[in-house]
Amino acid sequence: MSKLDSKTPEGPIKDKWTKHKNDINLVNPANKRHIDIIVVGTGLAGGAAAASLAEMGYKVKAFAYQDSPRRAHSIAAQGGINAAKNYQNDGDSTYRLFYDTVKGGDYRAREANVYRLAEVSTNIIDQCVAQGVPFAREYGGLLDNRSFGGVLVSRTFYAKGQTGQQLLLGAYSAMNRQIGKGKITMYNRHEMMDIVKVDGKARGIIARNMITGEIEKHSAHAVVIASGGYGNVFFLSTNAMGSNASAAWKIHKKGAYFANPCYTQIHPTCVPRAGDFQSKLTLMSESLRNDGRIWVPKNMDDVMAIREGRKKPTDLGEDERDYYLERRYPAFGNLVPRDVASRAAKERCDAGYGVNATGEAVYLDFKSAINRYGNEKAHVLGLHNPGDAKILELGEGVIEEKYGNLFQMYEKIIDENPYKTPMMIYPAVHYTMGGIWCDYNLMTTIPGCYAAGEANFSDHGANRLGASALMQGLADGYFVLPYTIGDYLADDIRTGPIPTDSPEFNAAAKEVTDQLEKLINIKGTKSVDHFHKRLGEVMWNKVGMSRNAKGLIEAMDEIKQIREEFWKDVCVPGGMNELNPELEKATRVADFLELGELFAKDALAREESCGGHFREESVELDGEQKGEAKRNDKDFAYVAAWEYKGDPREAVMHKEELEFNDIELKQRSYK
Amino acid sequence: MNLTLKVWRQKNKEDKGGLVTYPVTGISEHASFLEMLDVLNEQLITQGIEPVAFDHDCREGICGMCSLYINGEAHGPDRKVTTCQLHMRMFKDGETVHIEPFRSKAFPVLKDLVVDRGSFDRIQQAGGFISVNTSGNTQDANALPIPKPMADKAMDAATCIGCGACVATCKNSSAMLFVAAKVSQYSYLPQGQVERKERVLNMVDQMDQEGFGNCTNTGACEVECPKGISLEFIARMNKEYLNASTSSEK
Repeated sequence: MSKLDSKTPEGPIKDKWTKHKNDINLVNPANKRHIDIIVVGTGLAGGAAAASLAEMGYKVKAFAYQDSPRRAHSIAAQGGINAAKNYQNDGDSTYRLFYDTVKGGDYRAREANVYRLAEVSTNIIDQCVAQGVPFAREYGGLLDNRSFGGVLVSRTFYAKGQTGQQLLLGAYSAMNRQIGKGKITMYNRHEMMDIVKVDGKARGIIARNMITGEIEKHSAHAVVIASGGYGNVFFLSTNAMGSNASAAWKIHKKGAYFANPCYTQIHPTCVPRAGDFQSKLTLMSESLRNDGRIWVPKNMDDVMAIREGRKKPTDLGEDERDYYLERRYPAFGNLVPRDVASRAAKERCDAGYGVNATGEAVYLDFKSAINRYGNEKAHVLGLHNPGDAKILELGEGVIEEKYGNLFQMYEKIIDENPYKTPMMIYPAVHYTMGGIWCDYNLMTTIPGCYAAGEANFSDHGANRLGASALMQGLADGYFVLPYTIGDYLADDIRTGPIPTDSPEFNAAAKEVTDQLEKLINIKGTKSVDHFHKRLGEVMWNKVGMSRNAKGLIEAMDEIKQIREEFWKDVCVPGGMNELNPELEKATRVADFLELGELFAKDALAREESCGGHFREESVELDGEQKGEAKRNDKDFAYVAAWEYKGDPREAVMHKEELEFNDIELKQRSYK
Repeated sequence: MNLTLKVWRQKNKEDKGGLVTYPVTGISEHASFLEMLDVLNEQLITQGIEPVAFDHDCREGICGMCSLYINGEAHGPDRKVTTCQLHMRMFKDGETVHIEPFRSKAFPVLKDLVVDRGSFDRIQQAGGFISVNTSGNTQDANALPIPKPMADKAMDAATCIGCGACVATCKNSSAMLFVAAKVSQYSYLPQGQVERKERVLNMVDQMDQEGFGNCTNTGACEVECPKGISLEFIARMNKEYLNASTSSEK
C-alpha cells in the first residue's frame, strides 16, 4: 500500500492557495494557442472550466451527451449556492464556511481544499452577477440570502428554486461567447467512451457520435473529466436519466484511483415513489426545510387512519403530531444536515409511522410558516384584525414567491395542493461525495487527466452540506482548474499537436468498437433496464442508508451475479451506426455493474459510521448521543483511493491520511 | 388504464417516416407520460421491435430536453408542464393518443421523436451573453444594486428552458419567444446595457438565418410555454430591435 501525495502546499492554511498560485508555472498567451484541452461534461464544473480556459487562450474541445451544454444536470439544482460574503452581518467568514463544510462532511475531507473552496466562494458570486445571473434581491436592490441545513448563518444565494439553472445558463452563456469566437469546439450528443494514454500521459479520448454512431479519436494535451456523479448506480435517484459514471469509470480502469465510492448522499426531501414504473425521483429543495416542519403522527391509530383515507393530516392537532427532528435535535431542529434528517425519516418509517400506502413517507408542513408570514405581511400592510382567511392568503403569497415553482412541481406529480395539505417526502439518492481521487491541483493519478465538480472526491468528505455542490462545481471550473492546469501544461509548449493515428489511439478505438459489437451481439432476452433495476434494488437494500458487513458481502456477490447475467442475456436492439438509446444505456449500465461492486467493497472496508455512510455496527451505545453514528478517527481518518486490478473486488486500496491542523476533530452534534 | 398510441416512427433524417399504432395496457394514472413510453419500449424490446427514440433527461421539467407533440399540443394537454411532468391522469382510459416530434424546418427530425435544436444554440452564440471574462476581480456583487422589480422581471425571462415548444406550437414556426426571453433578461439588468443594441440585432439576424418564421402575435407560444414566459417579452424585444436598428450608435 503506497502513500498518496496530495501535493498540498506548505504554510498556514489561509496562505496556501495564494502562495501556490504565485509558485506554479504559467503558460504564456502565445503558447496557449498551441495547446488543446478536452473537457468532458458541460455542467457547472465543465462549462465553467471550458469557458475560462478558452478565455485564457487555450484551444478547448467540449463534450456533452445532451443536445446542448445547457441541459447538463447542474440545471436541476434548486436551492442555492453558498458564499462567505457575510452580507447578512451574522458573523460569517471564510473560516466559518470552511469549518461548517469540514464539520458537515464529518471530518473526512482534505482541509486545504475546503479552505480554498471557502476562499473563492465570494468570487463566484461576483462573477455570476457580472454575467447577468438574476439572483434574488431585497427591496433595497441588494442580494438576498437564505439558510440551509447544518449551519447557523444565512449565506445561501438563490434564484427562486432554480439556482442551478441560472448558474448553468451563466456558464453556458460564457461558453457560447467562446464557441462563437471559435475558441471552443462544441461536440453535442457525443459520449466519451474511453481515455487514451500516450507514454503514460492523458492525450485524448475516444468519443461516440450518438447520431451517426461514428467512433471518433480526439487528441489533446490534457483531459478534464467533469462528468458528474454516479448516483444512478441506484437506478432510482434524483439524477437525470442519462447521468452516468462511464467517463469516471473508464479513467479508473486506465489508472485513475477512485476515492471513497461509498460516500453517497441520500437527500431527505424528495417526492416518494409511486409504483414499479417509477423512472426517477424528484427532489424538493432543502430550502423548504427553512419553512417546513417535518412530522409523522404520534399514534399508530392515526397512521392507519391516514393510510386508509379515514383521516387527513390536517385533522390531527398539534399534540397528535411528532415533530421528530425538533424533538431529537432541539438546536438545529428541521435544519439538521441531510444525512441526519434522512436517517431520522427512515427510523420513523421503519418503526411503522410512514404516512402513505408504501409506508415510506413523512410530512413536510408549511402551516406554521404560512401563518407567520401572513401575520408579518399583514403588519407591514398595516392591517389590524385581518382575520384568519386574509392571513392565510397573505402567507400563501409569501410562500409562493419563495418556492412557487417547487410547489407547482409537487402538485403536478402528486395531484395534491401543498399549500393546503402537507407535502409527503422521503429520502432519495441525490449526490455522490466520492469520486475520482485528485490532488490539490485536481489532477488524478493519470498525469494530464483532471477531475472537477461532482466527478471528483475532493471537498465534501463523507457528507455534503446544502448549496455546496454549486459552489464546488463553479470553484473548480472558474477559479481552480484554469490556474492549476497551467502548471502541468507549461511542459507541453513544445509538444505540438498530438497525432491521432498512433497505435495507442487505434487500440483504444478498437477496444471501444469491440465492446459495442459484443453488446449488440449478445441478443439476449432481457432489457438493459431489467438489469439496472435489479442492481438498484441490491444497492438500495444493502448499500443504502444503513449498511452492515453481512449485507455488504452479499451485495458484492449479488452484483457480480447480475453483471455476469447481463453479459450473457442482455438484449440491445438496433445497430451501432445509428442513434441507439438502448446501446447508450447498455454501455453505462455495464459500468455501473462494476462500480456497484467497488462501492460495496469500500463500504465494507470502512468499519465506522461517518456522514452519509452509516454502519450498523458502529453506533453510540449510551449517553446523550445514544443511537447516533459513531465515527472512528483513530483508524479511519483517511481517504480510501482504489486502484483497479482487472476486477472490482480485486481493487487495491491506497490511503491518503487526513491531517487536521486547523480544526479540532469532534463528534458532530446537532442536539 | 389502456391506451392506443399512434407514434411517429422515422429511421433517420432522410427517411420519410409515418405513424405506427401500438396498444399499451395497465398504465397507472400516477405514471408520467415518459414513464408510459418506458413501458411501451420495454414491451417493444421483448417483442424484438426497436424501441421508440425520444429525447429526455432530467425528468423534472428543467433541462428542456424532452419535447413531443401530443394530440396536437406541444408537451401535451396540461398547462405549464414539460412532457416529463405530464401525468397519465390527464388522459382517459381507452383514449387514442397521437405522439409526434416537434415540427419546424429549423428543427430537423433525427430519428422517431428526436429533433435537432442546434439552431437555438447558434442563436445564443450570436449574442446571448455578457462579455465578461472569468477573473475573480469583478466588482463586489452588492456594488451594483438592482431594483427588485427589474431583477424579478429578468428572472421571469431567464426561466426559459430552451425546449422549443414555442416554435413547435407556432403556425409560423417562429422562435420569437425564445429569443425575446434572452434579449429581455439582459435588457432589464444594468450588466446587459453595454452590448444591448448589438445583442438584439445579432440574435434576431441569426434567428432569421436559421429559417424560423415571423411572429404574427397569435400568442400560441405563451399558452404552450411550460415556464409561462410572457408574450410581453416579444413586445419588449421588438422595441429593443427598433431602438437598435434606428440608432446611429451601435
